[in-house]
Amino acid sequence: MRLLPTAGPARVLVVALLGTLGVIAGTFALDPYRNYQLALVAAYLCATAGLTVLVGLSGQLSLGHSALMAAGGYGYALTASALADAPGVARVLAGLVGAVMVSGAVGLLLGLAGARLHGPYLAGLTLTLVVALPAVASTVPGLGGDQGVRAPLERVPDALDRVIALEQWHAWVATAVAAAVLGTLHVLARGRTGLRMRAVRDDATAAALAGIAPDRTKVLAFVVASTAAGLGGAVLVLVTQSVTPGGYGLATSLLLLVAVVVGGLGSLAGAAVGAVLVVLLPWLVATLVDALPVPDELAQRLDGNLALLVFGLALVVLMAAAPAGVVGTWRAARARRTARRTAGTDPSTSAHHEGSHR
Amino acid sequence: MTPALTVRGLTTGYGGAPVLHDVTLEVEPGALVALVGANGAGKSTLLRAVSGLLPLAAGTVALAGDDLHGVGVEDRARRGLAHVPEGRGVVVELTVDENLHLGGLAAHRSASARRAAVDEVYALFPSLDRRRAALGHQLSGGERQMLAIGRALVARPRVLLLDEPSLGLAPQVVAQIMALLRTRCDDGLAVLLAEQNVAAALSVADGGVVLDLGRVVAARPARDLAHDEALRHAYLGF
Amino acid sequence: MDRFVFLVGGGVARGTVLALFALSLVLIWRAARIVNFAAGAMAVVAAYVAVGVAQATGGWWWGALAGVVAGGLLGAAVERGLMRYATTPLGGVILAIGLVMVLQSALGIVAGPQHVPVAPPVSDQPWSLGGVPVGSPYDVLVVAVALGLMLGLRLLFTRTTLGLRLRASAFAPEVSRLLGVRVARMRTVAWALASAVAALAALLLLPTELGLNPHATDVLFVLAFTVAVVGGLDSPGGALVGGIGVGVLMSLVTGYLGAGVTPIAVLALLVVVLLVRPQGLVAGVEARRA
Repeated sequence: MRLLPTAGPARVLVVALLGTLGVIAGTFALDPYRNYQLALVAAYLCATAGLTVLVGLSGQLSLGHSALMAAGGYGYALTASALADAPGVARVLAGLVGAVMVSGAVGLLLGLAGARLHGPYLAGLTLTLVVALPAVASTVPGLGGDQGVRAPLERVPDALDRVIALEQWHAWVATAVAAAVLGTLHVLARGRTGLRMRAVRDDATAAALAGIAPDRTKVLAFVVASTAAGLGGAVLVLVTQSVTPGGYGLATSLLLLVAVVVGGLGSLAGAAVGAVLVVLLPWLVATLVDALPVPDELAQRLDGNLALLVFGLALVVLMAAAPAGVVGTWRAARARRTARRTAGTDPSTSAHHEGSHR
Repeated sequence: MTPALTVRGLTTGYGGAPVLHDVTLEVEPGALVALVGANGAGKSTLLRAVSGLLPLAAGTVALAGDDLHGVGVEDRARRGLAHVPEGRGVVVELTVDENLHLGGLAAHRSASARRAAVDEVYALFPSLDRRRAALGHQLSGGERQMLAIGRALVARPRVLLLDEPSLGLAPQVVAQIMALLRTRCDDGLAVLLAEQNVAAALSVADGGVVLDLGRVVAARPARDLAHDEALRHAYLGF
Repeated sequence: MDRFVFLVGGGVARGTVLALFALSLVLIWRAARIVNFAAGAMAVVAAYVAVGVAQATGGWWWGALAGVVAGGLLGAAVERGLMRYATTPLGGVILAIGLVMVLQSALGIVAGPQHVPVAPPVSDQPWSLGGVPVGSPYDVLVVAVALGLMLGLRLLFTRTTLGLRLRASAFAPEVSRLLGVRVARMRTVAWALASAVAALAALLLLPTELGLNPHATDVLFVLAFTVAVVGGLDSPGGALVGGIGVGVLMSLVTGYLGAGVTPIAVLALLVVVLLVRPQGLVAGVEARRA
């Protein structure tokens, strides 16, 4: 007897529900700070999951995913603030819708401009977006400049008030949103949409001949990734109660990129590994630097930069040595072991030939 | 006499199954050898392997007796092995004059020697002489083929590998090119000519090598091949 | 009107610097089909070398020379040591991004985040023509150096055998190898040349900015990318025209609307150009291919 539906969205739904329940059960074992970190991981997971689908499946690069998170964050904060008197759960849901609308609209505009073209145009355009974010925040009325926008504090619902702490409630909401994003992306990636994305990535001309619209597919991929990032940004605002341009700079964008490369491009499991790293590694490095007996000034310089240095080196080494990422390399190694056991041969001996471009 | 080009037991392919199996052939100095066979027989692959664009799985390639194992594409060219690839290989963004000078850069250190070699080629191809400043993409198919061959000749190579020079050209242009190749061979150049236009190729060739599915199925004087009815029907389609 | 003339004058000077930096992107794009997203960070490293040497020797020009040489060496090292591993265009961009992170964070640790002021070698006080400020001696120097360098590069590419080799390697790498051209070496030379040009562009820009810090070229890179897109990534001439156009436009935006709006104007320009005329405003001939 099977406990799970074998395939399709039904199975994904069940797995997502079970996963969410599992994580929610796990939050009882965590102290408030760990629950806060868990919520952050869930928020960044939304962004890395969208980004890994964009890069790995559709072959496009976004260097501005932090700015798209910010777009979602502003959408959430403005909507939720406008509904300050509404009941908590309705306010959160409306805020999430606001996040989807804003990040989706920004994604659609940039996608139409940059994603239809071959080459590095989308990467450059999204880089420009993240560089322009502080200027946008101080120029557009209502975005509050460097101070950003505050969002109402979401308290634990009365029914649970005696059972769980605030951080734990936030972790629950964050986990639920991340599960919804991951489930949706999983269905898209495994389904026809994912197939189209891969076809366009590998050979746009061949895909067009097969009846796939390359432009539309690439724009769709970017809009999906933008929306996922926007939901992540919304969760981040829910947890921290504010959105400021300073929190979503170029460094954050690049960290997200490293996260998906480390995890393995196109892999949602890898995106989860990456999201944990994005939250934990800077924290670990900061803890380490605090513990080191170095002068204050050096400690200050190390504080922001050491994590970036480590991430940058990881990115370079991984791209040069193991482009499949941690999860991909592990899977390949496992496949090799299995193949060797079954066939007694090593499949990695096929001859290679030099490629030439143009 | 040492052959200008010696290929022994050459086996190669693109990653998976080999395309060429145990190919052996020789081209003497001053000889024109036609490499014939159906589309997909492995003619272009053989030329690419000889010029080093494709690594060998087994076998050797030697230029005037020197084994070329471990010698890169660029250095093979510098040692006198010229390869005019299929599709002509003219750099269409450069002018006729620039293409020809490009051909002479490795062989002629001084600008005057290069100029002289280029002028010799202009003398061979008056139609190129008239279009020195034209960009590659402004040329006709025949002019591009002449430019590609002329550019190879600027370096005064020992061995010329020529891939499908007749493709898409009018018969009189093909005849002109074949006649030119014949005279260059008479001056000592060794030519390995991969052609689908078997009749044209065998009409000027000294020897013929027939490839089928990556193997040499016949290697004889060109005259014999052209008159071998069975072979013609089986492999050459005329 | 006075203000307009002044802004246009400053915009032209700034625009030639943008054009120079964009030219660096174009050179690498043509040679390797990679947009060098690390161009800004590499130029900053060269600028630190330049400022260090200038402080040690007391001569701005010695510093500039050292910076350009350092930029060229860094470019060659990056191509040899890093970009070889890029098997796809996407991989190249990601490697470049990794390099940006390493260089900027390493500079942040070694040199700190503070802005090091950089003084111009000649006066940057504008001349006044009948009471109208019309650009400074430094503006003239910038325009002269940038245009002179571009002219020199043009001669190098069209009149020398090295230039012929570089162009052939960029346009048709396989055919060039068959003709005995050492294409891999030409690619290294192109990276070195382009990085030296970018280093000089950054050095020319610094005296008009806040000063040198690890992020001093972030906006310059974004602007230069915009210029390259406006002019066409394949077109050196487009880089010059696009550079001056974007430079003047940004100078006017900064002058009339405030410096804070400039990045938004860049973003808007980029979006509009890509939506309306994706093949570039200047080039126009070649379709955009990966």
